[in-house]
Amino acid sequence: MTILFALMAISLCLGALGLVGFLWSLRSGQYEDLEGAAHRVLFDD
Amino acid sequence: MNALTAAQPRAEAVSEVCAHCGLPVAAGCRFCCSGCEAAHGLIEQSGLGRYYRDRVINRAVRPLTPEIGNRPDLAVYCQVQDGITELTLAVEGLQCGACVWLIESVLARAPGLISGRVNMGSCRLRLAWHGSPELARGYADQIEALGYRLIPYDPAAITAARDKAGQALLRALAVAGFAAGNVMLLALACWVGPAQGMGPATRALLSWLAALIAMPAIAYSGLPFFASAFAALRHGRTNMDVPVSLGVLAVTGLSVWQAMVGGAGGYFESATMLLFFLLLGRVLDHRARMEARGAAERLLALRATDVGILQSDGRVTRCRLDEVTTGDRVVLAMGERLGVDGIVLEGRGAVDASLVTGESLPAAIGPGDRVFAGTLNMGPVLTVQVTAVQADTLLAECVRLIEAAEAARGRYRTLADRVARLYAPVVHLCALLTLLFWLWSGVDFARAVLAACAVLIITCPCALGLAIPVVQLILTGRLFVAGTLLKTPAALERLASVDTVCFDKTGTLTEPELSLASRVDPVILTEAAGLAACSRHPLARALAAAAGRVPAVDGVREFPGEGLSRATEWGEVRLGSAAFCGMAAAGEGTELWFARPGREPVRFGFSETLRSDAAETVTKLQRMGMTVRLLSGDRPSSVARVARQAGISDFRAECRPDEKAAAIARWQAAGATVLMVGDGLNDGPCLAAAAVSAAPASAADVSQTLADIVFQGSNLRPVWLALHGARRGRRIVQQNLAMAAVYNLVMVPFAMSGLVTPWLAAAAMSGSSLAVVMNGLRARRIRA
Repeated sequence: MTILFALMAISLCLGALGLVGFLWSLRSGQYEDLEGAAHRVLFDD
Repeated sequence: MNALTAAQPRAEAVSEVCAHCGLPVAAGCRFCCSGCEAAHGLIEQSGLGRYYRDRVINRAVRPLTPEIGNRPDLAVYCQVQDGITELTLAVEGLQCGACVWLIESVLARAPGLISGRVNMGSCRLRLAWHGSPELARGYADQIEALGYRLIPYDPAAITAARDKAGQALLRALAVAGFAAGNVMLLALACWVGPAQGMGPATRALLSWLAALIAMPAIAYSGLPFFASAFAALRHGRTNMDVPVSLGVLAVTGLSVWQAMVGGAGGYFESATMLLFFLLLGRVLDHRARMEARGAAERLLALRATDVGILQSDGRVTRCRLDEVTTGDRVVLAMGERLGVDGIVLEGRGAVDASLVTGESLPAAIGPGDRVFAGTLNMGPVLTVQVTAVQADTLLAECVRLIEAAEAARGRYRTLADRVARLYAPVVHLCALLTLLFWLWSGVDFARAVLAACAVLIITCPCALGLAIPVVQLILTGRLFVAGTLLKTPAALERLASVDTVCFDKTGTLTEPELSLASRVDPVILTEAAGLAACSRHPLARALAAAAGRVPAVDGVREFPGEGLSRATEWGEVRLGSAAFCGMAAAGEGTELWFARPGREPVRFGFSETLRSDAAETVTKLQRMGMTVRLLSGDRPSSVARVARQAGISDFRAECRPDEKAAAIARWQAAGATVLMVGDGLNDGPCLAAAAVSAAPASAADVSQTLADIVFQGSNLRPVWLALHGARRGRRIVQQNLAMAAVYNLVMVPFAMSGLVTPWLAAAAMSGSSLAVVMNGLRARRIRA
């Protein structure tokens, strides 16, 4: 049963990681030009 | 959106295209003009030649032909802070991702520049550099030499470059989503666990864990609702956020209490899920509104040019637009856009007034004629007496009309709002009655509160919140696959109640290009086309296209606004307007004359061709019970002809933009719901004034931004499809609402009698949501 506690902690950590990642990407302005980003990937050199 | 419209070469008989801007040129030429040749050389020399291989030309966008003249003083638009100067410019002519790459690559080599970044979505270029604002011109010149047009944004006009409110909503949405997912897992364990022998201690732990995640999340992501509800209550009003806040707070309080007494489990997942869905709606709504504001900003940017004022001693001084006063005399050079309204004093030539009138052909102009802000001078220098400046110009009037109409549209109450307004008081009354009844019947206080809260929870508008968005989402996706882009899902609702469809003529009912209508001797046609191939005037291009592969001839001189002429050994040959070719009176309709020495001048008549399915679509719409109308700024004769061909009996010609918008407003005041289909910049006010608006993908940028619906391809069928889909969607929404009502009628008595357990609540709530979603999926099946 103790495995449950470990699993819960892990799942919460993973979820929180996703949340933090999203907030970081939002803060660093990655959602400001979605159309441009889609095209830029073709021209990175 | 742009990628879909991009450059399939049209099936016109154009021999070759310019290596730089992609406009048709005569056989044997690589470039259409010297500007293009210079730009091409510049790009190749800088080693950026891969631009030409990678780009996709988008014909909906202004072609990449460098222009002369009109170089506004950029220094006045710069913002200086800590020695760093910043400037935001609107870029016209962005065709695809390669253009972004080209501009940024060129700027990367510019000395002193800290950053030069293009935002493709909003067509903005942001520059930042060390040094004085005077350097701005140098950077802009490098980009303009490539053929892009740069328009400075007035710093005061940019309300919020970084959209703070939208970001806060997104953050709240992310937090609510995270909490909802995790709490749902824990809640599921709580419900299913006891059947598999989960002890009460484990269950209590899971409950507390759920509380630990949910409470901060609810406090954070519920803040927009709580704040709005509080503000409304303080002013003695009530809005939709009041019942939402009350419901969420009641659910949270009850769940905490349940966890404390080790009761049957909480409802944290309901609260977080509800917040998540409601926030999703808010985010989408906010996006749509920001886009509408961007449209108005872009129009305002067009005014942000400087003006040359003619002083009494004959000198010309350049100054900012807000320094011009009525009565000043202004000099308008070739290629310059006028920033004020006025009357021409001196000079004769041609102006492109498409921004105001929507007519693509340049109009001849002379002393005494009125010109409006936004007009582009295509001929020799004009001197204009200023009659209106700034906020009094017709262009500013357009912007105001758009803003007013947008505001009016924002007041449109969606079906969800109307249902909620009816729903909330009933629910609250039920909960209150439950509480009073149980208190009166003498059970203990906790039990009475529990029953009242159960009513609030079971009626939490989960199914109601899904009933409408799910149908809108599916229909939007289905229409997108069919080539129709719906900008705001809420437009579907307005679309379903449309009973009048109003078309613009040029570029909407008709193809965007003109075609040669008169039958002419092929030999004469070939000879005339040789001259026409040298010009970029729309009529000359149509003539050259009709003749097929015709080489351009040498020695052609162009007289802007008049025509072309060429000296041959037997005299001068002319192609142009009736007056230019020595004819006393102009004929009927759009025409070119071809005069050769010693022979009778030949007339080329041009006409607009109807889109191939225009008549069929009009018939279909009429069969649906729609009133179909036509509003145009064009001459009565050509409007009548197009209306007759398309089968429209109700038409009006020679309407100015504000008259069009007024006509639509009048119909709507008389009870009609109008769908406006138009493409020109001048259609902006009526696109905004109509209940719903649609624009073809070939339309001007501003129209596309304003329209609720943008459709691809050369057909009008998508207009019918969108209307048809919207009506079917409305039926399904009504069914969904009926289902949600039935669910509530069945479940509320249970809740009031205090019989609801978390098990039952979960089953009933997800059951009703599932039924609503499944029914919504049927919206996928519209005939395409």
